[in-house]
Amino acid sequence: MGLIAPIKDLRSEKQLFVARVILSSVISIILLGIVIVRLVQLQILDHEQFAEQSQGNRIRIEAVPPTRGLIFDRNGRVLAENLPAYQLELIPEQIPDVDDTLSRLARIGLIKEEDITRFNALAQSGPRFKPVTLRFHLTDDEIARFAVQRPRFPGVDLQPRLVRHYPDGELIAHAIGYVGALSTTDLQRLDRAAYAGTSHTGKTGVEHFNEDLLHGDVGYQQVVTNALGRQVPIETRDAAANLPKRVSPAPGANLHLSLDLNVQRVAYEQMAGRKGAVVAIDPNNGEILALVSMPSFNPNAFATGMSPSDYSALQGNEDRPLFNRAVLGTYPPGSTIKPMLSLAALEVGATNLTRRSVCFGWYSLPGSTHRYRDWQPGGHGEVDLHDAIEQSCDVYFYEISRDIGIDTMHQYLTQFGLGSDTGLDMAGEADGLVPSREWKRQAFRERADQVWFPGETIIASIGQGYMLATPLQLANAVAALSIRGQRYRPHLVAAFEDSVNGRRTIIAPEPLSRVDIDKPFYWDNILNAMHGVLQSPTGTARAAGLDAPYDMAGKSGTAQVFTVAQDEEYNEEEIEERLRDHALFVSFAPLEEPEIAVAVIVENGSSGSRIAAPIARAVMDQYLGYSDVEL
Amino acid sequence: MNFSDTGRFFSGDKAPVTGVGNLLQRLNLDGPLLSSLLLICVFGLVVLYSAVAQNFDLWLQQLIRMFIASVAMLIIAQFRPDFIRRWTPWGYLAGLVLLILVLVTGEIGQGAQRWLDIGIRFQPSEIMKLAVPMMAAWYLHDRQLPPKFIDLVLIGVLIVVPTILIARQPDLGTALLIAMSGVIVIVLAGLPIRIMLLLAASSVPGAYVLWQFMQEYQKQRVLTLLNPDSDPLGAGYNIIQSKIAIGSGGLFGKGWNNGSQAQLEFLPERDTDFIFAVMGEEMGLLGLLSLLSLYLFVVGRGLYIAIQAHDTYSRLLAGSISLTFFVYVFVNTAMVTGLVPVVGIPLPLVSFGGTSMVTLMAGFGILMSIQRHRKLLPH
Repeated sequence: MGLIAPIKDLRSEKQLFVARVILSSVISIILLGIVIVRLVQLQILDHEQFAEQSQGNRIRIEAVPPTRGLIFDRNGRVLAENLPAYQLELIPEQIPDVDDTLSRLARIGLIKEEDITRFNALAQSGPRFKPVTLRFHLTDDEIARFAVQRPRFPGVDLQPRLVRHYPDGELIAHAIGYVGALSTTDLQRLDRAAYAGTSHTGKTGVEHFNEDLLHGDVGYQQVVTNALGRQVPIETRDAAANLPKRVSPAPGANLHLSLDLNVQRVAYEQMAGRKGAVVAIDPNNGEILALVSMPSFNPNAFATGMSPSDYSALQGNEDRPLFNRAVLGTYPPGSTIKPMLSLAALEVGATNLTRRSVCFGWYSLPGSTHRYRDWQPGGHGEVDLHDAIEQSCDVYFYEISRDIGIDTMHQYLTQFGLGSDTGLDMAGEADGLVPSREWKRQAFRERADQVWFPGETIIASIGQGYMLATPLQLANAVAALSIRGQRYRPHLVAAFEDSVNGRRTIIAPEPLSRVDIDKPFYWDNILNAMHGVLQSPTGTARAAGLDAPYDMAGKSGTAQVFTVAQDEEYNEEEIEERLRDHALFVSFAPLEEPEIAVAVIVENGSSGSRIAAPIARAVMDQYLGYSDVEL
Repeated sequence: MNFSDTGRFFSGDKAPVTGVGNLLQRLNLDGPLLSSLLLICVFGLVVLYSAVAQNFDLWLQQLIRMFIASVAMLIIAQFRPDFIRRWTPWGYLAGLVLLILVLVTGEIGQGAQRWLDIGIRFQPSEIMKLAVPMMAAWYLHDRQLPPKFIDLVLIGVLIVVPTILIARQPDLGTALLIAMSGVIVIVLAGLPIRIMLLLAASSVPGAYVLWQFMQEYQKQRVLTLLNPDSDPLGAGYNIIQSKIAIGSGGLFGKGWNNGSQAQLEFLPERDTDFIFAVMGEEMGLLGLLSLLSLYLFVVGRGLYIAIQAHDTYSRLLAGSISLTFFVYVFVNTAMVTGLVPVVGIPLPLVSFGGTSMVTLMAGFGILMSIQRHRKLLPH
């Protein structure tokens, strides 16, 4: 806006303007051309590549867990199955106030008050659309209670899924073990890809040992997801074009155990209210017929999930219900080793079948005043080897122990499978202990402690002192004894079958090395003496076996928990229950061609012949078909 | 050269005057420009419905916004160009004051001070999108063209001051576009070619200076453009997903509402800056070319109006509005296809958003005013 209006050449100005518009248009068209070329490049030339990438963007592979294999007993009864169950799930993003919802759920008793904080933390972690499982297994009553209240709980829902179920629960808990929710330690051990969709894994027992067979192979399906990984429903127009793929999972193999549920039940019921273990084996092949550890627990609680407080209560129980005494409990075997020692003594010439000695009720080493007592205060009088077994004379064994020697004892007891794990198809088995000079040298640090004392040989001869064995080892040893020296690797799984085509794979018995005693009449005599234990008028366990309709053989044992001072008497009544002797009994039947071998241990049961032997008898009656109890 | 031949393509005057034509004439609206703009709006509404995941409420918001913008266009078209010209310095001054106000008291919106709350929230930089080219055209209106060096310096100041104010907000993208709209006026006014070449030559050191002034996120955007795969889940994510969306659309697209990239939320900012990618995915190359043709027609019609205009102010302003519109289209499409760095420039008339649409349509209102009132001008 100058004071003097400039002279404007309108004509040339317009021409200049038009020229500039043309210039701008040309530049614009070139620029637009670049964009169009770019579009052609993206949409025509590289289309395939981008189409693939967009497909990859939206398709996610989701694992489909396989169905876990079933477990049956030897007669085809179901021991472990998968039942449809409803679990309670919460989807955080659909709930405005998770804390409030949780406390209302607690108020109607579906979750516990103490779990609210834990679930709340769980809901805050992870993607908001991902369901959080509050309860794995609701009862019918709880389902009904929730169904009525459902409108009050948006974002909380029941989801069906398969849950492991053990119909006989506590009865078989220690044999089968249980499955539990996958933990981070499990995931370090297992193949993550194979367990992508799996929530539970075998934690103990058969379930744990045969995890590979039972689990099956994971399948997968492609699901359409959005950028956040949330699954979106496939609409028909989409499905028609490219249906997502699905590969079905292969269910796990079904296991057929050698376990006989009826025998197991009898053993369990006989042990009711007691602590201890019963193991029954078929001596001819090592098949486990029953495996009971008491007290037991409910394995279903692990499969359906239990609260941390319930779990710690179970763990803190002083009777240790989770502890599998049958394979992990080690006990002094007591007199149950006498038949095996007798065979060793005969074989090495430490005694013979006719040698007799007089038992006054105690024994002292030459030059010592220390008295090793017989269990029977007055003694057994004049006894031979047969009598010594039948009546369980301790003094006889004290006497011959010096001639056998600890290393020979070690040699033969080891041949019967004591002192090392039996190789049962179950993880975690105790070794037990059969002492020897060599063992003592290695076990102790102080030089003075490394010396083997003669007195230690004496108490070893009645299965006391350092000696320890598991109920399974004792059952396995008496099984080998019953068939004159052939030992088999004990096993629970008799066969497994492919659950798709039904093809069965039988587990063959696995013979182990024989016991190195050749003379048949040694065996005859010792086994006859064991028969006498139950079925002669002087046998220690005649009360349990005299009326048996078959030839039953066995040997009682009593293991000291509490050492009685030299000048004291062991008085059952006066001793606190927890310090009472353990009652042991090993047995087999029939005497000729044995079919079952049983080891029974009753903790603090005081007397092997009085408490443990009847339990073994009941188990055998059941297995051999002489039980009048309807199961 | 005789441009009246090409002009006939864009000319609506020779069409027989129908009832509709009569109405348009009375409302001072330009038929070809209006119809192509409406077509773009319809196109935009269709794409937006898919981009907002069939959210009817959001879609309705946009429709209302378009309506308001169209009303603004209608109103502005009623003002004569000389009236607009006379008020230009006041508009420019008001814009400048508001920009300073924003910097002083401006409300924080989206990480930058761009919004001013005066009853309704709006961005004063929107005013400047029109005020800057208007001011430059106003200044040159009485001057002899091509402009003298002193004129260039003065206009340069008029452009640079609001540009710096907006860049300080910081909104570098808008600032550059506003500067661009002013520069276009100078170029159309006859900026000597040798100066243009000089400016082009100085762009390399200029870019270096600019780099020093950039915020960290802006530098990141440039680096990301050069190599989007360097950070596929971070800064490069937008470009990668956008290219996948467009590329997977192919020639015909995946169909409306069927773009997996857009519908499954892989594509970020799909209803705003990246809506072009949604369209590319669902409507394919053919859809994009149709839209680009409409844009091209709008720009061509605008330039035709500029050439037809009778005075310098109208001519320069109409040319600048048209070419700036093209720059928006180019920058957005080039950004979405990964040709230029990601700057927050929406696709005009299609992207979801408020004030920028009113500004755009107001600009077209000016174009229509220029077209309808030219015969009444004294020249």
